[in-house]
Amino acid sequence: MATPVLDKVEAESAASPYITVTMRIRRFNPEISDASVWEDFQIEIDPKERVLDALHKIKWDVDGTLTFRRSCAHGICGSDAMRINGKNRLACKTLIKDINPEKPITVEAIKGLTVLKDLVVDMEPFFQAYRDVMPFLVTKGNEPTRERLQTAEDRERFDDTTKCILCAACTSSCPVFWNDGQYFGPAAIVNAHRFIFDSRDEAGEQRLEILNDKDGVWRCRTTFNCTDACPRGIEVTKAIQEVKRALITRRF
Amino acid sequence: MSADTTSSAAIGPVEGAVYDVDNPAPYIEAPRKRTGKTPKATRGNFEMAAWLFMRLSGVVLVVLVLGHLLIQLFLDGGVSKIGFAFVAGRWASPFWQVWDLLMLWLAMLHGANGLRTVINDYAERANTRLWLKGLLYTATVFTILLGTLVIFTFDPNIR
Repeated sequence: MATPVLDKVEAESAASPYITVTMRIRRFNPEISDASVWEDFQIEIDPKERVLDALHKIKWDVDGTLTFRRSCAHGICGSDAMRINGKNRLACKTLIKDINPEKPITVEAIKGLTVLKDLVVDMEPFFQAYRDVMPFLVTKGNEPTRERLQTAEDRERFDDTTKCILCAACTSSCPVFWNDGQYFGPAAIVNAHRFIFDSRDEAGEQRLEILNDKDGVWRCRTTFNCTDACPRGIEVTKAIQEVKRALITRRF
Repeated sequence: MSADTTSSAAIGPVEGAVYDVDNPAPYIEAPRKRTGKTPKATRGNFEMAAWLFMRLSGVVLVVLVLGHLLIQLFLDGGVSKIGFAFVAGRWASPFWQVWDLLMLWLAMLHGANGLRTVINDYAERANTRLWLKGLLYTATVFTILLGTLVIFTFDPNIR
């Protein structure tokens, strides 16, 4: 008795997987106006597709002026972080069906950075903070002839923070960063953490000194927005607190 | 992508639009850009000390304030017992003098530091920040000095 019902449902859904979704996109074009406006697009899309596919559909079939960044489209390059339904996410890792397609899906640029056009922001301040924490291996002495060895436990210590893809979802979800943009931001601290706790690196003290700044780790209010926003599941707030603890325990 | 002005009408005409391809809307300066106005990096331990102070004073204040409230409001008849004589009797003992002095200083500095961070986080213009912090520091210093003065110069025989 249950079998025919199941067949019918399957047949129906196989017939047309498409649903109509309203994409509400915050558009900004400095060549037209200095204000941004919300624009609605009705599109037919399979709910199992991603928000990025919806944006592609709009750009390729409806309005070619829609501007956004994306490179790999598979959650690795970190180009397409945007604010989808009020939360920072990667458009290429967010399925339409997971964000209630019955209501309009809002898409806007990430907050706290200057919008250049539509969903494209100026990432320079973000990368400036990243460069400030020296995100590269610093060592003294002679170069070894082979790779620098490390125990599995030493590698495990900073494993979580190696996952960062620099998408800026965390930094642009941080209310302290929104205020004046002087705060280093979660992403820069995560990438400092990756080297501070690396047993092969020898500039940990220097990085800690940089993050001891007025706008360094002490401005973190542990709101956990960054941990919620991270598309890689990095425990960002925990990493920031570990840097705080290192600052205190290494001094006293 | 080439700048296609005809199709960019998708955004819709804006009343009194003055911007076009040759005259785009002004670029909003990125906040973290290194300019002449950018404040120098601070290399002191003040923020760390302030952060630590908040944690430590908070723990001490839990004991001091809850003890204070318990004595003042619940034990021995509650609020009704509080009068000039009660205060004079308590401050005759150095123990309560130290308790109240410690509570005054820790609570005022703890609260002032908390408000300082709130101002840092919420005041957007440098001038607003300056004035709010000035007001805050003045009020804090005034209250601490006045309170300390009263605790040390309290005269139970005042007429």
